[in-house]
Amino acid sequence: MPLHDEHRRRRGRNIALGVVLGALVVLFYLITMVKMAGRAGGAG
Amino acid sequence: MTDASYSSASSIEAGNPGLDVASAASDFGARTADFIALLKPRVMFLVVFTGLVGMVVAPGALHPVLAFTALLCIAVGAGASGAINMWFDADIDAVMERTSARPIPLGRIQPSEALGFGSVLSVGSVAVMGLGVNWVAALWLAITIGFYVFVYTMWLKRRTPQNIVIGGAAGAFPPMIGWAAVTGDISLYPVLLFGIIFLWTPPHFWALALYRSDDYARAGVPMLPVVAGEAETRRQILYYSLVLVPFTLVPWLLGYTGALYGIGAALLGAGLLVLAAQIFRGSGMAAPKRMFAYSILYLFLLFALLLAERWLDLPMGFPGLAGGA
Repeated sequence: MPLHDEHRRRRGRNIALGVVLGALVVLFYLITMVKMAGRAGGAG
Repeated sequence: MTDASYSSASSIEAGNPGLDVASAASDFGARTADFIALLKPRVMFLVVFTGLVGMVVAPGALHPVLAFTALLCIAVGAGASGAINMWFDADIDAVMERTSARPIPLGRIQPSEALGFGSVLSVGSVAVMGLGVNWVAALWLAITIGFYVFVYTMWLKRRTPQNIVIGGAAGAFPPMIGWAAVTGDISLYPVLLFGIIFLWTPPHFWALALYRSDDYARAGVPMLPVVAGEAETRRQILYYSLVLVPFTLVPWLLGYTGALYGIGAALLGAGLLVLAAQIFRGSGMAAPKRMFAYSILYLFLLFALLLAERWLDLPMGFPGLAGGA
């Protein structure tokens, strides 16, 4: 496989991984907010 | 597209930057579509839907973010086990007409890529379910993935005509996972929903196996029509349907559901029994094809009725009996 083609496929994979990791960061942020709000409500 | 055709396409386009960008985008789209195909999206739809119903009928409530997380984990976990299944069954898939266009037999995705993809998503979905929702739901998700990969795919599928009977449990767990996501435990009601899908699986897949038996025989998969013959398969479809339809009424009799579900399940079940009887009495493949298509609609509508009852807040219980939920 030519280097150019390998780079292109690797770039595609990196973009996909970046999108997935970004989505996970947002998801974990939202889950944390929900859980903290739940605990704060329970404590009051 | 094979690796070789990927290379030749890129070499031709290498001299033109505009074409190169378009080609890179098109390659990226094709690769993404192949990885999505590894997740068996059509199977995933029914799995996610039954998981959603398990969540909705469970007592209590889950924050929308956590409910979304639970459904995402169920979808990804189910898809991941599908990807590992495609890795393990690549040799079978290549010789079966129904599966020969999957990404691995076509050479679009390397088997090791599918294994890595499926393994990472399996572990990831269980971990996110545990950390984000609760560990009981995560445990049931792990059991589901493990059952599908190790018990069905690796152990039973190539060894026994009971493969989809026992292996069907893997597809039946999602309502229990959905329930556990909300309540943190398991009770009788989600087990009944498990039982409905478990009993539904054999007539559904044997109807398919009847008109695809040559395919299965060529691949050496011991499906019931291949091993026991067409007549026995037609008989077994009828037997399982005769057990399934009364079983779908048990949640109503026990007071977990209302009359909408009960009457709907009886009517839908009557349709299933008519088709099962047609398969049993006939010899052609029209009835099995109808059964395969109808059985998907049947399960979807059955669970849709459960959903509708909850959302419409209809009274539960069988007339004359105390409500159970």
